Amino acid sequence: MTSTLPTETMTGGSPATPAAPARRRRRHYPIKVQVGAGITLFFILIAIFGPELAPHSAAWVANTTNGTPQPPSGSNWLGTDNTQHDLYSALLLGARSTLLISFVAGAFATVLSVAMGVTSGYVGGVTDEVMSIITNIFLALPGLLILMVILKPLPPGDQNNSLVIGFVVALSSWAYGARALRAQTLTLRDQDYVVSARVIGERKRRIVIYEILPNLLPIVAASFIFTVIYGMGVYVALCYLGVVSPASGSWGTLLQTAQASGAIEANQWWWYLPPALCIALVGIGLALLNFGIDEIINPRIRSSRSKRRDVKFQLGLTPVVRPATSTVVEGEQL
Amino acid sequence: MPLLIRRIGFYLIAAYAAITLDFFIPRMLPGNALSAILTQMRGVVTPAQLASMAAEYGADDKQSLLSQYFTYVGHTLSGNFGLSLSHQETPVSTVLGGDLPWTIGLIGSATVVAFLLGTLIGIMAGWRRGGLLDAIVPVSTFFQAIPYFVLGLLLLIIFGSDLAWFPIGGGYDTTNRYVTYVQGWNWPYMSSVLQHLVLPGTTVVLASIAGWIVGMRNMMITTMDEDYVLVAAAKGLSRFRVIGIAARNAILPTISNFTLSISLVVTGAVLVEVVFDYPGIGNEMFNAITAADYPLLQGILLVVTFAVLIANFLADLAYVVLDPRSRREA
Repeated sequence: MTSTLPTETMTGGSPATPAAPARRRRRHYPIKVQVGAGITLFFILIAIFGPELAPHSAAWVANTTNGTPQPPSGSNWLGTDNTQHDLYSALLLGARSTLLISFVAGAFATVLSVAMGVTSGYVGGVTDEVMSIITNIFLALPGLLILMVILKPLPPGDQNNSLVIGFVVALSSWAYGARALRAQTLTLRDQDYVVSARVIGERKRRIVIYEILPNLLPIVAASFIFTVIYGMGVYVALCYLGVVSPASGSWGTLLQTAQASGAIEANQWWWYLPPALCIALVGIGLALLNFGIDEIINPRIRSSRSKRRDVKFQLGLTPVVRPATSTVVEGEQL
Repeated sequence: MPLLIRRIGFYLIAAYAAITLDFFIPRMLPGNALSAILTQMRGVVTPAQLASMAAEYGADDKQSLLSQYFTYVGHTLSGNFGLSLSHQETPVSTVLGGDLPWTIGLIGSATVVAFLLGTLIGIMAGWRRGGLLDAIVPVSTFFQAIPYFVLGLLLLIIFGSDLAWFPIGGGYDTTNRYVTYVQGWNWPYMSSVLQHLVLPGTTVVLASIAGWIVGMRNMMITTMDEDYVLVAAAKGLSRFRVIGIAARNAILPTISNFTLSISLVVTGAVLVEVVFDYPGIGNEMFNAITAADYPLLQGILLVVTFAVLIANFLADLAYVVLDPRSRREA
């Protein structure tokens, strides 16, 4: 499995890397982004290596044959559930399905929202009208409830398929990104560089892919993260409601079995608290990342410690939200 | 009011789409899921009912899809959602009528609190950027990033189970042997209802307040740089008047952003109801799913969608009232 051949060809094939000029200065990312990325990376690693790290398999049961969940001990770090499964292992194993489906949903939704948003924003006219109406309808429909009705009668094979579930979840979450992307595409469409590309006679597809899309990247990234958070919420909720097959063993399923077995009434915190906290932590990590991206897109909302607390009296300069190009022009006029 | 007419047109289309979707969802299901469900119900309902249900869902192939569709739309428009299977064949509309007040009470009160509190915090945080209140903003986003029902579960564990400050479930106290509550506008009953509303309400407020705070703060920061705010300050108006002028303009995008998140708030609240065993639509939906009560599920889907559309419309109305520009003939 760990053949050295690919690594050798890779190091041999890229002599440019060591020869490349040293980067001038390391970019300083806001602390929020660093913490957020750290948390997210940590859980992604758990999702990848969780099954290897888990001390016991999903089928393993402690040989004690009683039906009461055991509190945490040296052998079972997070205790056991009522069927004596090791909950620490279950937590590690559940990370994979939870995160996988969230990210699959995020990826599908992002592709959909870019396709819908950018097309409707750039093409305009009747296409735009129709696409906007479709987007707005998807925004207004309670997606989670529709998912519950659709997923419940699916055959168990499909209920276990991450791609199917991810795609279905994505169907209910692409509309937010599409709306934001459409709005941004509308403002980009009339920028000078896009107009000049059009005048030169570039094809529409080329303009969209090479001129417009790169400038939408921060918004695409933000909406990707948003849909991952949303997708995780939806998937965990579906598991918690028992709509998705419990075979996935995701964190939502853990919560569902805990709730169904009355763990909350019996105060068996080691059963329901760890999965709930893990879900919360992943959400917070991703939200921190998104917060950082927001501040990169719009530096004015950064909470600087500038002690500024009133209307700023500054003659001659009235900053308004305007694309970077026109700000430069204003600066020259000064 | 061209904006309002446009919006009403959109709502009609959306409502129609929802009705149609509701018709096709049970029919689009892959395989023969529908007959599987009907088989599942055998034994629960009489053969005659099974046959009539099969006809209603088109599983008997006696009617064309088109004629089924028209029958369905006619029934839906007249408020006939069929009979609920898990409630001894009570009409779905009667079942939902009993649930709706709870859900509307929960979401309505939580949204009002979130709006008032969130807007106020947002205005102050934006006005004194980098101040103490500004530190709340990331904290509130934390709550937004946690799925509603997980947040509800955590609150339930801490304040309901561990500290026992609040009841852990239900809409009002049904276990008290000494007091018999009469449902209606009397103090003992209402106080019990309020007590049971605190935890689920707080969950919805905490989860949705971040949208108001962040939106309001960011818009305040942008608006405060506008010339008219500068003029107001230069005229020597009191600080509160200046804040008011900036806030009135900053609130508009926040409201239109809120309309986007209404369906999120509603679906979130529906899940919170399940966690707290709150006797509203959400809990009904959960039970309907467990019992595979399809007529009830479809009815709930429609009612919730319509509720979201109506809430959207109300937010649009608020926008038109607040923004004179939207009233001008274009």
